Amino acid sequence: MKHDIRGAAHSTIIDWVEPDSSVLELGCGGGELLSRLVTERSVKAQGIEIDDASIYLCVQKGLNVLQEQVDAALRDYSDKTFDFTIFDQSLQRVVRQPDVVLEEALSVSRKTIVGFSNFAHYRARYQIFFKGRTPVTASLPYEWHDTPNLHFLSVADFRGYCDSRNILIEKAAFFTGSGPTRWWPNLMALTGFFQISRGIPAG
Amino acid sequence: MVRHIVEEAELENGLGIVETRYFTFASPPNELILDCGERFGPITVAYETYGVLDEDRSNAILVLHAFSGDAHAAGWHEGESKPGWWDDMIGPGKAFDTDRYFVICSNVLGGCKGTTGPSSPNPATGKPYGIDFPPVTIPDMVRVQSRLLDYLGIDRLLTVTGGSMGGQQVLEWLVSYPRRVRSAIVIATAARHSPQQIAFNEVGRQAILADPDWQNGQYYGGEPPARGLSVARMVGHITYMSDKSMAEKFGRRTGGNGKAHPFGTGFEVEDYLHYKGLSFVDRFDANSYLYITRAIDDYDAARDGSLADAFRGLKARILVLSFKSDWLYPSYQSLEIVRACKIAGVDVTYCEINSTYGHDAFLLEVDEETTLVTHFLRKVFGGDRT
Repeated sequence: MKHDIRGAAHSTIIDWVEPDSSVLELGCGGGELLSRLVTERSVKAQGIEIDDASIYLCVQKGLNVLQEQVDAALRDYSDKTFDFTIFDQSLQRVVRQPDVVLEEALSVSRKTIVGFSNFAHYRARYQIFFKGRTPVTASLPYEWHDTPNLHFLSVADFRGYCDSRNILIEKAAFFTGSGPTRWWPNLMALTGFFQISRGIPAG
Repeated sequence: MVRHIVEEAELENGLGIVETRYFTFASPPNELILDCGERFGPITVAYETYGVLDEDRSNAILVLHAFSGDAHAAGWHEGESKPGWWDDMIGPGKAFDTDRYFVICSNVLGGCKGTTGPSSPNPATGKPYGIDFPPVTIPDMVRVQSRLLDYLGIDRLLTVTGGSMGGQQVLEWLVSYPRRVRSAIVIATAARHSPQQIAFNEVGRQAILADPDWQNGQYYGGEPPARGLSVARMVGHITYMSDKSMAEKFGRRTGGNGKAHPFGTGFEVEDYLHYKGLSFVDRFDANSYLYITRAIDDYDAARDGSLADAFRGLKARILVLSFKSDWLYPSYQSLEIVRACKIAGVDVTYCEINSTYGHDAFLLEVDEETTLVTHFLRKVFGGDRT
């Protein structure tokens, strides 16, 4: 049986989210993660999603969801409205201006959780280097012409981004096709998850 | 014959025969104080109810009709060929499921469908009020509804819902009686009218006022201002449809009903508008048209401040719905309501339903609305916190 990498990743996010907190998920799809958070962490959940069919799925799950573009969704909230903002694969796919949106997310919530596909996975490197082809991997399973991704980034890119903007990385988790990994994530991980904040590092 | 059988089947599947009831209050010296400052009464309210109020009175839903609607929201009146205006949504097993919920709908103050309005007799003169009827507002209409709920023994509503003008009243319920509503479903409406919306209503009003039969509002007993009222309604119908829905419904077909003057080509769309205009004269009072459109145009849910401030502290869960092709109440107006909820920290769900029907969609997109409303209500009725 194929390892449920998405379910495992969701479990990591659920681990990180404190019970009874308030959560805003940007690009929440059909609400799978949010409804698990409601059940397992009794969070107060709000989703943002643009796709018609996904909105109906969310409402059927009893979730509060707003049909809006993620890029425009955050600007109305005041500071620290939420405990957590979550981007599960949505930063790379639906956000046109990640820089602006991440900044807003860090303002309206105490902590932000970002999950994305790692473009620097060794299989991707191999395909570019030896075959000269745009990589297709388990976490980036698309051809150049049908990809929903707007941005491509690696684990190292994201760390560098946070460093350059004084964003604190509080937690990180990485997954290969068969489960979590801690070793050489920029080479080995198909997906990476980070919990970040505007917090001041201890010391 | 076939038509007859269809109706029998529909009667059995729905609420069957229903009746309008009446409640009178605010008799002197206990008149209702209106926004204009005037003490007004007595007031009779026409209303209908469907389903059964449960023991702890927690399953009541107030449905608020749009501009030309009435208390007859669902079921059939004896001898009539059409059911109530929202029969697709209200009844056993429907979105507003009368096996679970107790549904109430009443005609608005200033209307002409059984609730006191300009065509009702003025006790002081024995003649219809005409333009001696006081200017009424959306908050006045809601005040009357809250008195009806008092009378029915309902303190708190499970939900309050309506589209268009009904949606404005939903917003007013949230602002004026926040503790009396557990949730609200706001459909195809605006917290305040845009200049474009006011402009269309003003064309309607001017058409009535320009009709010599209007007679300064005292046409009762004589000829009503039929030409003015029907032109007003024609303008209304144009705004309720979309470019696409008109093209699909009429195309450029001519109906063969060309009039006996040089301009009577008789496009189907023209015949349709004439028919809608004339049939409206039979069922609606021109003065009510003037009073109610005035109330709609003047309404501002935010009063002088921001809508977010008006919503602050609200505990109700809100479902906001708009329709893609609705250019009379465009989605940006619904998004302004959503934005206010976000700023005020109110639980809100928003969906822009994909439809080509224009503003009429709120009466026509039954499947989509049913899915959304059913699950939303179940969540509220279940009392979960998410």
